[in-house]
Amino acid sequence: MKKLTRRESLKLGATALAGAAVGMNLGHSARAQEPTLDLKPEQGATLRVLRPAKFVAGDEKLWLENTEKYTKATGVQVKVESQGWEDLRPKAAVAANVGKGPDVVYGWHDDAHQYPEKLVDLTDLGDYLDKKYGGWYDVCRKFGMRDGKWIAIPLGAAGARIVYRISALKEAGFEEWPKDLDGMLKVAQALASKGKPGGLALGNAVGDGNTWCHWLVWAHGGKMVDEADQVVINSPETVAALKYARELYQSFVPGTLSWLDPSNNKVFLDGQISWTMNGISIYYAAKNSQDEKIKALVDDIGHAILPVGPVGHPTELHLTVPAMVFAYTKYPNAAKDYIRFMLEREQYVPWQEASLGYFSQPLREYEKSPIWTVDPKHTPYRDLMANMLWPGYAGSLGYASAGVMADFVMVNMVAQAASGDKTPEEAAAEAQKRAERYYKV
Amino acid sequence: MTAEAIPGTKVFGTLAQLLENRTVLSVLFMLPAVSILVFFLAYPLGLGIWMGFTDVRIGRPGVFIGLDNYISLFDDDVFWLSVFNTLVYTVTATIAKFGLGLWLALLLNKAIPLKAIIRAIVLLPYIVPTVLSAIAFWWIYDPQFSIISWMLQKFGLIDQFVDFLGVPWNARWSVIAANIWRGIPFVAICLLAGLQTISASLYEAAALDGANAWQRFRFITLPMLMPIMAVVMTFSVLYTFTDFQLIYAITRGGPLNATHLMATLAFQRAIPGGDLGQGAAIATAMIPFLIAATLFSYYGLQRRKWQQGGRDD
Repeated sequence: MKKLTRRESLKLGATALAGAAVGMNLGHSARAQEPTLDLKPEQGATLRVLRPAKFVAGDEKLWLENTEKYTKATGVQVKVESQGWEDLRPKAAVAANVGKGPDVVYGWHDDAHQYPEKLVDLTDLGDYLDKKYGGWYDVCRKFGMRDGKWIAIPLGAAGARIVYRISALKEAGFEEWPKDLDGMLKVAQALASKGKPGGLALGNAVGDGNTWCHWLVWAHGGKMVDEADQVVINSPETVAALKYARELYQSFVPGTLSWLDPSNNKVFLDGQISWTMNGISIYYAAKNSQDEKIKALVDDIGHAILPVGPVGHPTELHLTVPAMVFAYTKYPNAAKDYIRFMLEREQYVPWQEASLGYFSQPLREYEKSPIWTVDPKHTPYRDLMANMLWPGYAGSLGYASAGVMADFVMVNMVAQAASGDKTPEEAAAEAQKRAERYYKV
Repeated sequence: MTAEAIPGTKVFGTLAQLLENRTVLSVLFMLPAVSILVFFLAYPLGLGIWMGFTDVRIGRPGVFIGLDNYISLFDDDVFWLSVFNTLVYTVTATIAKFGLGLWLALLLNKAIPLKAIIRAIVLLPYIVPTVLSAIAFWWIYDPQFSIISWMLQKFGLIDQFVDFLGVPWNARWSVIAANIWRGIPFVAICLLAGLQTISASLYEAAALDGANAWQRFRFITLPMLMPIMAVVMTFSVLYTFTDFQLIYAITRGGPLNATHLMATLAFQRAIPGGDLGQGAAIATAMIPFLIAATLFSYYGLQRRKWQQGGRDD
């Protein structure tokens, strides 16, 4: 797979800048110099689009409005179907398998890499968006490209930040959430000793559990597989991460071993924990609450990016949404054009705003979206895709990475060690064995 | 003019003759039912078993890999944990459901006021969609919002909320309790139907012979109920063994996979994980257990001796 190095991306950026400068010198507006892509939807085209069910109300409303705009502009009728998050992946896979179903699917993470041969080549679209909007984040190429071709176009990522109570942090003697792991542990312990514990999901929580467990292990240098897809989770780095998890766990509120995705939201909003890790949805829920007690939390909620561990670079994992066009579609151009339309500035920026920043962009240009500055509490959610790695890091995306994550190998390992059910060494050894079953040839 | 002279009539005659044949006719009559069984039961079952021998994935057809899936499962601690969980879950929940269901049926069989209404109420847990009752239990067992913990705390019995779902054995007993709550009505109502078929004259005769309440239960009720108990027991075991919804809504198999049943593990691996072959192998591994349970019910509980109030000597 072609992977852009930092130097190359800088070069590209510089070229783009130079291009813009030339444009200005010639007296044209920068907009006029923007690349174009004329996909010409097929005559009489209609589309069925499958996307994740809304998590915040504004997301779906704006999505449908944008879709209507698209129909008005092109005459292409589009039927948008929302799917529960956990049913989306199997539904997309079955559609790929039987060759019938929606034309466009907005799926999850590594979906596209499980059936790349069933997808339409989106390289022209990927290149066009890359040039027009300041370039893809590196991780987007990992998610979207295979063998040098674009097979999926990332729409963005929904991700997690530390969500904390400002007053509790101050009471414990800290001004801001630490940027390193040692500092974070100290804060967590100080908060717990003040009777204000935090909590992170350790049950089989698809979103919250995977997000923080992967981040923590990667932050210490542990990883499920190396670049050659060899399972290397049983390593001293992983053991160090698990020892850290054990200490952090002791500052948690009781019951986190059974927490599923909604648990931390409701416990935080009830005022029982002082910090957790979550999407912007807790803040959003507090802001829109009719309950005065919950509404009063709004000013007290702070957001911070996830601390960086000994590896020295961000190691986050967020829920990525790739858009795929299935090869069986009768209207590939219309399908591609729809994906393009939704990612164009005029649609994407208002949609991000309506989603209250729940989705962070895949293209650098949208770092300037007003949503990230209109409220300083949104800003930490801006750089999700700049800071994230991918499922099955540092190996390839595909069946094995998806299977290991769906089987909660990482989450179970952290939960076993954190709760003291197994020693860090035993937990890492068991995870190694479990992961090897997926990565066997 | 004879019938042989017209070819059409000859064909018709042969058909009529064929239809006169009892074997042909019975095959024809059975055909609709057999085809339903073949298409909707035998084919999916066969396909599932076949998939267990392949590496089929969602989105990709598989190739035959022999016993690879089973060999891999044999060496899989999570799988064995799920087998253990399933057995504990099925055995304890079934025994409790049977004991309590039978007791409830005996109570409901007595002449009590508002009998019809009470019987209707008893059915409620069974009528509520499983997912709804599971979500209710999820809240009841919540580590932070549990009403049980809240009440115990109000009464001063505990200091800290009970971690129902966060400790492996607590979680197991909690989901078993939810399953029992949901399963009792089925057992109770079926056994009640059985109880009502027992002729009152038998009890009168026994009473004349001086049999006490226990003897009447032991030598009349139990044997007369045995055939229906065999059927109810079979279904109850099958439903419990293959339970999915309760677990999926309450724990997702957690904590630390302590409540993963074979059905939920098969789903987790096959659908979200995409590994249909592995999932099918786990599902197929459930079949021997199910057959054993069915055989036990049929050859055990339907023993004529037991049904006549006798014992195995």
